[in-house]
Amino acid sequence: MPKGTSIVAQELVKRFGGFTAVNRVSFRISTGEIFGLLGPNGSGKSTIIRMLCGLLTPTSGRASVAGFNVAEQPEQVRQHIGYMSQKFSLYNDLRVIENLKFYAGLYGVKGKLLTERIAWALQMAGLTGSETLLTGELAGGWKQRLALGCAVLHRPQVLFLDEPTAGVDPLSRRRFWELIHQMAAEDVTILVTTHYMDEAEYCNRLALIDAGRIVATGSPSEIKCTSIKGDLLLVECAPLGRGLELLKSRPGVLDVAVFGAALHVVVSAAQQARVELPAALASAGVIVTAVEPIAPSLEDAFVAMTGRRPDTSEAAQ
Amino acid sequence: MLGRIWRIIVKEFIQLRRDKYARFRLLAPPIIQMLIYGYAATFEVLHVPIAVLDLDHSQESRDLLSRFTFTGRFNVTEILREDPDIPNTIGRSSIPMAIKIEPGFSELLRKGQTAHLQVILDGTNSNTALIALGYVTQIATTFGQDYARERLGSLMPAMAATMPQIEIEQRPWYNPDLNSQWFFVPGVIGSITIVLVVNLTAFAIVREREIGTLEQVMVTPIRPVELILGKTVPFFLVGLADVILVFVVGSLWFRVPFRGNPLVLALGTVLFLFNTLSVGLLISTLCSTQQQAFASAFFFLNPAFILSGFAFPISSMPRAMQWITSLDPLRYFLVILRGTFLKGVGLDILWPQMAALACLTTVLLTIGVLRFRKSLD
Repeated sequence: MPKGTSIVAQELVKRFGGFTAVNRVSFRISTGEIFGLLGPNGSGKSTIIRMLCGLLTPTSGRASVAGFNVAEQPEQVRQHIGYMSQKFSLYNDLRVIENLKFYAGLYGVKGKLLTERIAWALQMAGLTGSETLLTGELAGGWKQRLALGCAVLHRPQVLFLDEPTAGVDPLSRRRFWELIHQMAAEDVTILVTTHYMDEAEYCNRLALIDAGRIVATGSPSEIKCTSIKGDLLLVECAPLGRGLELLKSRPGVLDVAVFGAALHVVVSAAQQARVELPAALASAGVIVTAVEPIAPSLEDAFVAMTGRRPDTSEAAQ
Repeated sequence: MLGRIWRIIVKEFIQLRRDKYARFRLLAPPIIQMLIYGYAATFEVLHVPIAVLDLDHSQESRDLLSRFTFTGRFNVTEILREDPDIPNTIGRSSIPMAIKIEPGFSELLRKGQTAHLQVILDGTNSNTALIALGYVTQIATTFGQDYARERLGSLMPAMAATMPQIEIEQRPWYNPDLNSQWFFVPGVIGSITIVLVVNLTAFAIVREREIGTLEQVMVTPIRPVELILGKTVPFFLVGLADVILVFVVGSLWFRVPFRGNPLVLALGTVLFLFNTLSVGLLISTLCSTQQQAFASAFFFLNPAFILSGFAFPISSMPRAMQWITSLDPLRYFLVILRGTFLKGVGLDILWPQMAALACLTTVLLTIGVLRFRKSLD
């Protein structure tokens, strides 16, 4: 059976005063797909999600979610979506079970289904037997899974996750993504925002967002391949800054960026550059310890597309 | 619809119950305020310490001075010897008043001339000074009258018997002893309720906005009206409970009489609670943090208190201020409270206040609900 489209964004624009937070953003997400919005803090990812949930009214453009027009049928949309914000918005002074019952009540889940879904959510979050704990006493990973449980008690067709793994330990992050993949396998459509590159790799498809615009769309591997026009070399040298300056002005070098303690250099011809660059650097007094071709990461792609890094808040300034 | 409202109400009460300090915040301030107003807030002037400087040393001067102690209004705590003692006493001690009798006081009286009594007052607390001065005048006038009659009686008994006299008979209705507690205690019900309910409502909504749960709740199929009802009904009930608590303490402990129809007071209370909830809701739409809510609530509550007629009479305010008081919900509720408690009047008298409260509430609630919808954006 061919799968339908669950989320459509058409030319969405959101302005706050004179500031354009989201600038003509369009995409279509198929049912059961995990679609990631990847970009630095402040690039407009959350604003896009909040418009799709009906929490914000777009300045212009239209959106439909689970087959309903967000502007015209907000209540139907809300009945069919789950939303988890980066703050894991639970009541810390309520017990685990009270949070679950509260959100179940708001979604109108009752009777036998209520018992069943709460049992499922507790089991999924690993909180079976801890129902009476106060939510504020839970560690990050548990809190995150409880928030997810609360958001999907009503079995939504579409799930919006806004920075779902912020402040959660790596093990819990991996476990969380396993849960997300299970849900996607059950045809839940998932739109997730993140500024973690490694997390973006878990998505079926990505949109790179920068300053409110989509700069690239595709699967992680498509984005990596198409965004870098040339070959990528890793250059380890000292001093790094001098090496960066020298390489920038070399013919045949398309782009240079600092990655950790090394340089990522995009060149038009890798074979030739591997010979020429070390020699040029050495003659200028820069000590070169390694030059090797590497496969581009999403971070390389992001830097290539936007000239800045996605995972530091400084980059957003 | 009802299910979702019920869910929020239940949640609100669980949170209140779990908040250790909430019980204290809901119970202690009403009772403490009630006791403070009952015992400390009084317009009466009693046992004012005074200093006397009697330079006449006559029977007349001693008789006049003894009358000051006799009334219970004044305590003679300092006997002065000479003029410079007066500024020293008034300026440097807690004695706010000195009375000076010039030499020759009795001589003038005996000659049938006007004798002078000098009163020096510390005017820093103008209200107390004014009231104390009133008592002094009263004492001096009575003394003068008595003295005149006595002298006339000894000279011409026949004439003294026919001398015309006017005596003032005071009959303060509704509060025959002009008891300050009777005036303040019903008012405390209004002032406590407005502070409590406005703050609780504003904070309950702003807190959810601050921690992000408001957004989480808004993505569920809940309607804004359901959310507003769910968030306000609990504080309506809490407010009602506090009104009853203060009512009972005021009636049983301070013996303030309740002469009116309890149903009339109940109607006024419900209208007033709706009003305070609307103000709380409105404040919550203007603020995104609890600190802002605190500042905004204070900005509303302080003028509301001063302009309500709780302590300062509205009729003494400048005309423009009097107009502003007509926007003050507490003003109307105080009239309803004092009217039902002390005067025992009913709806036939209090309907304008009820109507004003209803109108104010409608306007505030409409703005509040519209702004609440917008503030989610």
